[in-house]
This record gives sequence, C-alpha cells and structure tokens, in this order.
Amino acid sequence: MPRHPGLPLPVALAALLLTGAVAGAEPIAPADRRSGFDQMSAEIQTMQRDDDANPGMLAVVDGAELWTKPPSSSRPACAGCHGEASSSMRGVAARYPAWDARTARPIDLQGRINACRRTHQGADPLAYESPDLLALTAFVATQSRGQRIAPPEDARLAPARAEGRALFEARMGQLGLSCAICHDENWGRRLGAAAIPQGQPTGYPLYRLEWQGMGSLQRRLRNCLTGMRAEPFGYGAPEYVALEAYLATRAAPLPVETPAVRP
Amino acid sequence: MRRGRRAARFVPAVLALALATARAEEGVVSFTIVGDAIPASLTGASGDPNRGRAIVTDRTRGLCLLCHGGPFPEERFQGNLAPDLAGIGTRRSPAQLRLRLVDGRALNPDTIMPSYYSLTGLTRVGRVWQGRPILSAAEIEDVVAFLATLREPEGRP
Repeated sequence: MPRHPGLPLPVALAALLLTGAVAGAEPIAPADRRSGFDQMSAEIQTMQRDDDANPGMLAVVDGAELWTKPPSSSRPACAGCHGEASSSMRGVAARYPAWDARTARPIDLQGRINACRRTHQGADPLAYESPDLLALTAFVATQSRGQRIAPPEDARLAPARAEGRALFEARMGQLGLSCAICHDENWGRRLGAAAIPQGQPTGYPLYRLEWQGMGSLQRRLRNCLTGMRAEPFGYGAPEYVALEAYLATRAAPLPVETPAVRP
Repeated sequence: MRRGRRAARFVPAVLALALATARAEEGVVSFTIVGDAIPASLTGASGDPNRGRAIVTDRTRGLCLLCHGGPFPEERFQGNLAPDLAGIGTRRSPAQLRLRLVDGRALNPDTIMPSYYSLTGLTRVGRVWQGRPILSAAEIEDVVAFLATLREPEGRP
C-alpha cells in the first residue's frame, strides 16, 4: 500500500493550482481495485445478490414507478422522453459524473435527474436524500448493473477530478485525517471493528444496514467527514461532485452494483 | 581529568538546550520540546493511570483502540493501523510518550496519529470541535501515566 504525504487542504489545492495537473501515480492500480462487496460477510453478500432479499430493490421498484409517472398533467414522465429505461439508461450510471453543458460544470446522476425535472418537467428539484430522489437514482443506476465503470474521456472534467483527488488526499478535521490515509494506504486493515474498504463507489445509492435505509454517496462522504471531526460540505456542494468525479476514475473498471448492500 | 568529565557532562546539556523549542498556542498551555520529548508535565502534576486507561479504551474520547491494539482483553475489535501498545512503557519514556500524544507531527510530519493537544495546522475542523484539542492537558497526563505502566511485552500475561 503506497504512502502519501498528507498535505493540509490549502497547500494541496495551492499545489494543484500551481501544477494544473494531478500529481503522482494512481494510488491503487486498476488490477488491485476491489469493491467493498469482497470484504463483507457471506450473509450480506447473499442479501445483495438476491433481489428478493436486497432491501435496496424496494427503492428501485419505487423508482420504476416514478419513471413512468408525469410530475404534472401537462408535462411528460421520464419515460415520455427516455422510453424504456432498460435500454435508454443502460450504461449511463457507469459514465457519471459527466459534463453538464448548460451549467458548464460536472454533474452527478442525482443532479442530472433534478436538472431534468427542472428543465423538462417544470417540477421542483427533489431534496437530497429524499426517498423519491434516491429511488429514481437507484432505478436509473440499476440499469447499469454489471457494467464496468467507465468515466468519459472528457478534458472538461479534468479540473474537477484533480480537485476531487486533492480533497481526497487532504487532511481535514480535528483528527487531521484524510480519506486517502484509510482508503488508499490502509485498506484491508481494521479500524476498530470495521475492515477498511478501498472506498469504491460502485453501488450507490445503496442500502446500508447501519443507516437502516438507502443513501447516496454524498451521505457516505459526509459520514466520513464527520468521523474525521471535519465540517461536512453541504449536500449538493461542488466538492462532492469533484470527489465523485475523482472516485469514478479511481474505481474504473469495477462493475456497477446498484443497489448495493453494505454493513 | 576532572575537568574533562565535567565537560563531557556539559555537552549533552548544551545539545539538549539547543534542541529545546518552546511552543505557545492559543487555547493550549505552553510546553517545551527537548529532543524527541516533552520532559515536563503539561499540568505540573502526575496523571492518574486509572483515568488514563479509561480514556485509552473509550472509543469516543481517546479513540486509541480504533487504530492500536493493546493488552485490553475485555475490548473486542481493536484496530491494527498502528503499533500495539503492549510494552509501550518500556519502549518510550513518559516524556517521549507525551510529545507523541501532544503532536507527533513534530517527529514525523506524515504520521497518521492525530495531534491530541494541538490546534495548529488543522483544516475544516467541525464546528463542535473547534478551538479545543482532542484531549485536555490533564487527560494527556492521565494517558501518559497509564501508558507508562504498560511494561509487559505482547503475548505475556
């Protein structure tokens, strides 16, 4: 497991601005990338594999219903434009976050769903972590289940990916830890009771037993920030999208697992 | 010859003085680092090893067992990111333990061990944690006093 000197966030960001590029080799080589699935107990693995036992499938079923339901009588449902999700949405989640031309920023899948609601459905955005947003996102992402994560080769995403990496490697909070200290340098070891995973975002939104519910990757990132005794970024903050953009490149070519189950 | 001996005694004292750095931070008491140690108690008093043990094994106060294992048979699920604490009292003096708890970055800027008694060099500290170190000076002394009692190497009763 390679070691990285932990830079304080301002230093890391300054270094990033100076060089304009991501420094250093990939912390975990593609061949060594592992889903957190591999470290789970056989019981929880079975729960994820079996659609009848996977509690995340309830959200997917809800999402399927929302997909065909127009938000108002005068506007189309998702299906009105996109048709059968099993074909139109296949592979989409494997390519997100993507570049959003309208806002000239990277956008994650739940952000895209809300942008679509606003522009094409005349509807208010769904709140972060609301059951409907989790359900629709899980339904769309499930259409890519089994497909390998394949971030687009889009140079416009490079600054966000670099910023995401700088954030991932920055020491934060009262404990002065970084994401990288655990998930790049010490994965496989034990933090108290927990086996440290690589932190690969292969199955979001996912059902976490600890939460007794579904949650997004942003929720998980907030949990880790709080654990480091750092001030979490607000939901929807560009920092999360940057982290998601970096994490997608760090996870490829692992397959999408949505809806994953995690302890 | 007598002079020579005196000089030999004098040299380490000069070296130690040369390496001594005083630290003063707002929100924490000032202390002096000498070599790789903080010789003087942060409170001027000795800590209580029993209170220190309670802090070490408390996963929301000391947090120690999230990363370290140690001779705590009643504690399940000890971490293995950092050296086992068994016998630490023979490997490090109380003064050395004190600096490693207060701010291990003074010895190794890349250490993953949190600086338990420093407010500098931190970023995005959560609102509820701002302006106070992880442990108080008295708690640091309690933990130092307890760790100094861990004198049995790993695997022995």
